Amino acid sequence: MFSKVFSGAVHGIESRVVTVEADISDGLPVFDLVGYLGSEVREARERVRISLKNSGYRLPAKRITINLSPADMRKEGTAFDLPIAVAVLVSLGFLTEDSLKDSLFIGELSLSGEIKKVNGVLPIVYMAYEQGFKRCFVPAANVREGAVVQGIEVYGAENLIQLAGFLNKKIPLEPCMIKKEELKQGKEPYEVDFSDILGQELAKRAIEIAACGMHNILLIGPPGSGKTMLARRIPTVLPELSFEESLEISKIYSVSGLLNNNQSLIRNRPFRSPHHTITATALTGGGRFPMPGEISLSHLGVLFLDEFPEFNRNTIEILRQPLEENEITITRLTGTYRYPANLMLCAAMNPCNCGYYPDRSKCRCSSSQVRHYLGKISRPLLDRIDISIEVPQTDYKELNKQGKNETSASIRERIKRGRNMQYARYRNENIQFNSELSSKMLTSFCRLGKEEERIMEEAYNRLNLSARAYHRILKVARTIADLEEEECIGIRHISEAICYRSMDKKYWEQL
Amino acid sequence: MTKKEYWYWLCSISELSQKKKEAILSFFSSPEEAFKEKTEAFSRLEILTNKDIERIDNSRKESSVQENYAKLKSKGIYFVTIEDGEYPEKLRNIYESPLGIFYKGKLPAKEGVNIAVIGARNCSDYGREMARSFAKELAKAGVGIISGLAAGIDGAAHDGALMAEGDTFGVLGCGADICYPVENFNLYLKMCMSGGILTEYAPGTQPRAYHFPMRNRIISGMSDGILVVEAREKSGSLITVDYGLEQGKNIYAIPGRPGDILSDGCNNILKMGAKMCTETYDILEDYILTCKKITKGNKKNDKLLEANEKIVYACLSRIPKHLNDIAKEADFPIGELASLLFQLESKNYIKQIRANYYVTDIV
Repeated sequence: MFSKVFSGAVHGIESRVVTVEADISDGLPVFDLVGYLGSEVREARERVRISLKNSGYRLPAKRITINLSPADMRKEGTAFDLPIAVAVLVSLGFLTEDSLKDSLFIGELSLSGEIKKVNGVLPIVYMAYEQGFKRCFVPAANVREGAVVQGIEVYGAENLIQLAGFLNKKIPLEPCMIKKEELKQGKEPYEVDFSDILGQELAKRAIEIAACGMHNILLIGPPGSGKTMLARRIPTVLPELSFEESLEISKIYSVSGLLNNNQSLIRNRPFRSPHHTITATALTGGGRFPMPGEISLSHLGVLFLDEFPEFNRNTIEILRQPLEENEITITRLTGTYRYPANLMLCAAMNPCNCGYYPDRSKCRCSSSQVRHYLGKISRPLLDRIDISIEVPQTDYKELNKQGKNETSASIRERIKRGRNMQYARYRNENIQFNSELSSKMLTSFCRLGKEEERIMEEAYNRLNLSARAYHRILKVARTIADLEEEECIGIRHISEAICYRSMDKKYWEQL
Repeated sequence: MTKKEYWYWLCSISELSQKKKEAILSFFSSPEEAFKEKTEAFSRLEILTNKDIERIDNSRKESSVQENYAKLKSKGIYFVTIEDGEYPEKLRNIYESPLGIFYKGKLPAKEGVNIAVIGARNCSDYGREMARSFAKELAKAGVGIISGLAAGIDGAAHDGALMAEGDTFGVLGCGADICYPVENFNLYLKMCMSGGILTEYAPGTQPRAYHFPMRNRIISGMSDGILVVEAREKSGSLITVDYGLEQGKNIYAIPGRPGDILSDGCNNILKMGAKMCTETYDILEDYILTCKKITKGNKKNDKLLEANEKIVYACLSRIPKHLNDIAKEADFPIGELASLLFQLESKNYIKQIRANYYVTDIV
């Protein structure tokens, strides 16, 4: 007898419906799987056969054929175990076809018949909802992840017996419900706060500006000056995630299997800090069966690259294109995958090999050594970093000062206001933030007055700026004005922006 | 071959030390005779090894000497010998005077004061600024600045002199057609136009560690006084000072805080009797007869500044200060402070020497 069950497969962070067809007919007793399968899927044969047996179903000595369609799409992962088992049960008449109406199944089976957790539940359930399915059966361990999608019933099943009992209306099972309000209010507090940091006013201010306009930022300073501490606190000043943003991040984490403990949604801005030995694939995503990389895992959050010059040059250079386009496209033989990567890059580095330049009482690096160290970062990459500052060592007095430090919450309020200015300004454009302004847009959105024009010209000549540096200063000045909710860029905005200018080549040569 | 070409031949045997060249000269009385002499005659000179004689033999090819000598012109390099009238008078009076000088640009004027400004290659920002400002002010007073065109203090001194459009001379430890270190290439080009590049080594000679102490005797020899800006306890600059003392030059040093390892060398020579220098006048007063008198009183007055700018300006000194510290002292929010600093910078009162570090600017 022939039967048909629906399941889903992840492709990038989106997913597609996969139909699992089973047929039982006379012939030699074989259990056959077809449909362009990866080896994990092929191994499902043994898992399904034995888990059915251990759940109390006896497979007859007949020819069982399973087909996963569309047959031209490569299928990976263990989530097809459950739909295959259900399809077999329907073919054998243990379940009726009616009971599976508008249902979609995903889950891995253990030999005992238990249903185990799989990756990518959220994007599949979301796709099921969009495709008009009414019910989704997922592993109990993933149920909260799937239940985030509203408008579809998501059931978490512990094992095959329970699932079959429910489908036969013998055992009751409640769909998991999470209210949208519950999701919205359930923001987890951050463990860190900007009020923990003493001094470093310049760095705090620069981070505030960077976070407001999503500018990439570079911190240069000796070891122990608090660069990492500062970077870790950047997510705490970014505005809270909207439900849609949260869903988008959760999808990526779901595909990567990083939603742990039956977590339903990622509610905090991601902060990713990969070690400098990271490979290019791990950073950008990829692999034979593409998975999201660190840049996608920090989508809508912060990617922190500590010891920036120590990263493999090739690895770092790959960042250039995604930083520009806010997504990464990976093409493999089996298909093209798109992962979002709209992130704020925060890089940190020492000023020289020993880390203490320009403190000559500690640093004996020659100027050519210092130059060599700084030169490890390529110009095109520096061109994508709008703000760069020196973070000096904090002195002892500062450490013991019991001062009133501004909390992340109050900084966040200012940033929100600054961002609202940007949203309003760019509502008719396909950009959101000042950092994304193209040079063409600059002329219309960053118009300067006569006096400001003069200051810019003076700066351009006196500081030997390049055209790119000039544009970066304008963008940052725009953000500073936005923070003050000013429509026009004033002289003080420009002069402050100049202070954060990225290191121009000529500037580095002054050593 | 002309007389000068024979001199060129002798000077361009770079493997021979000064002592050996002098021995050859005194034995044969002139380079021309030495060139024409048989190989055996050289072996009578005890100071020469067999290898040296072999080298001399190899170099005695009339055509290649003439060819190389002609090339000097196309490279823009001039050559004067100790017998020529243009030869710097001051160099004649030192021990081991260089037999010939290759130079680009020009030689220091016969009359007029030259001061050597020297110091560490790995110097602090403060040292660099001091060297630059001293050189600038000295050059304004008409003093020629001599240094070694090395990284750090040397480069800053040349740069300062060029800023004042004064004469500045760099003495190299390699051929005049080689710029070492390469990062000073811009300076090198500018100095060929305003000032000069001098060396006793023939074009094409690569820089060698043992060339530099010898070069230092020319730096000290050509100058009337030597100013040490920043030097560690054991520093190459002190070799120059030793030469200077042998040659009877005035030694000046900029004092540093005790314990600052970059100033240990300076403080030591101060203890030994060098003249302490905290402003340019300390040097100029020793030569005031020959120098254009500098008018005091062109010091910055802060009447042109606004109230807030004055507060910020008062926080700054010659020692680089980070924006954070200025903000703390002046008690301004970063945003406002940044624009005040920018204005001060455009009025030339202060200078940003590295990202986010500021110093007061002089003159």
